[in-house]
Amino acid sequence: MSADRQNLVEAVLTLLRAIAPEVEAETLVPERPLRQQVDLDSMDWLNFLVSLHERFGVNIPEADYAGLVTLKDVVDYLQAKLG
Amino acid sequence: MIEFKLPSLGADMDEGTLLSWSVKPGDAVKRGQVVAVVDTSKAAVDVEIWHEGRVGELLVQPGEKVPVGTVLARLLEPGEVAAPPAAAPPKPVAAAVSAPAPAPVSAAQQFAQPRNAAAAARHPVSPSARRRAKELGVDPDNVSGTGAQGSVTLADIEVAARAHGAAAPVAAVAAVQPSPATALDRQKEMRKAIAAAMSRSKREIPHYYLSETIPMQAATAWLQQRNEDLPITERILPAVLLLKAVTLALRRTPELNGFYRDGQFQPSAAVHAGVAISLRGGGLVAPAIHDVGAKSLEQLMRELADLVKRARAGSLRSSEMSDPTITVTNLGEQGVESVFGVIYPPQVALVGFGSIVSRPWVQNGEVRALPVVEATLAADHRASDGHRGALFLVELREILQRPQSLADACAAPGTNQGAQT
Repeated sequence: MSADRQNLVEAVLTLLRAIAPEVEAETLVPERPLRQQVDLDSMDWLNFLVSLHERFGVNIPEADYAGLVTLKDVVDYLQAKLG
Repeated sequence: MIEFKLPSLGADMDEGTLLSWSVKPGDAVKRGQVVAVVDTSKAAVDVEIWHEGRVGELLVQPGEKVPVGTVLARLLEPGEVAAPPAAAPPKPVAAAVSAPAPAPVSAAQQFAQPRNAAAAARHPVSPSARRRAKELGVDPDNVSGTGAQGSVTLADIEVAARAHGAAAPVAAVAAVQPSPATALDRQKEMRKAIAAAMSRSKREIPHYYLSETIPMQAATAWLQQRNEDLPITERILPAVLLLKAVTLALRRTPELNGFYRDGQFQPSAAVHAGVAISLRGGGLVAPAIHDVGAKSLEQLMRELADLVKRARAGSLRSSEMSDPTITVTNLGEQGVESVFGVIYPPQVALVGFGSIVSRPWVQNGEVRALPVVEATLAADHRASDGHRGALFLVELREILQRPQSLADACAAPGTNQGAQT
């Protein structure tokens, strides 16, 4: 994993922990649906996306929500947007 | 002279620990101002005052645990001059501790005494509360009322009786640390509080349950279109549409919105929707969003987001804890399709929603895949019947087929037909 991507993962996890403080990075499987591993309701999930939007300045249209399921999805998405 | 009492912060709370005062003697206070922070089993609650005046005397100190209804402070009304301190009667806590439990005979003698008319007028006592008071040997005119206009309710009598009885030393004089409870303590306490409220509900409330599958194609399509061009911070969640729809549907069946108290149903003109919010680490709270019918979807979204955040942070206001008139629970977040709830007393109904899921649906004679949601109603059979409950769910279904009406409806508070308090 590149250093840039590693930093991005760390930043995403930090934002996730602001919503779900109990999250442990070691136990998260990046390819599995995030909301199955972390107990996030729709308000938590929206707040998580809002925090990504604020932290990285990316616009996340609602149509893209369906593609954001796993931690890997989220990081890939951000990486593509931040290009 | 205004007595500022510890308000009831929900059916599962009958005492609280004063953590801190936000005012001091001499301060002017206005309606809605937060004047104290009280620790309950569920959260540290900002307690608001609903009178205007000037703080006279603070009667309870940080660290003291007191029953609901205890006078926390005395306030002077605007223009009132401080009375000589000697005139102040002892606070109920002290009385509860120092006085031995009254024998039935002395209680009867107390009742035989003519009551001071002015004192009685200040503390109206409901007939059922008076009967219960007689059974328990409590003088209702010495009990602090938490009902409407400070009236003494059945619950107040029971609290007072407990304070007089075995629980008194614990409830009244426990010198606890003025620091908030630890997370583990809080969790234990919350478990106990939920157990008490839910046991009471299942013991006292004859529940009936109904369910209806509601097509959500119109609502989700409308929402998608609305959210499409908006920045993420202005989008609204389906939960907000459902909340608003419940409120509008209640206009047709006001007997589902209000309280069952003192042996009868008391409807509420406004809908204060208690929103069940699960807490990280377990437990839940259901604080109210006030006057849902009078608020736009945008405002409701902002308030819901704020409420969830504050509930999780353990920072709620007393008015949010004490007066939900109905509860709405969204248990579909992680995938269940239906929830049959336990009513939160003294409310008379709980509306539940499962996940919005894609299911085969027959429309115009053809099977199509449509988004649907299972809406359920748990209602108190003392206040309403299944037929009326069914009308509510049908109305809810119809309203959700016209999502634009949810955005348009922002009626003034208290316009629900037939509902009076």
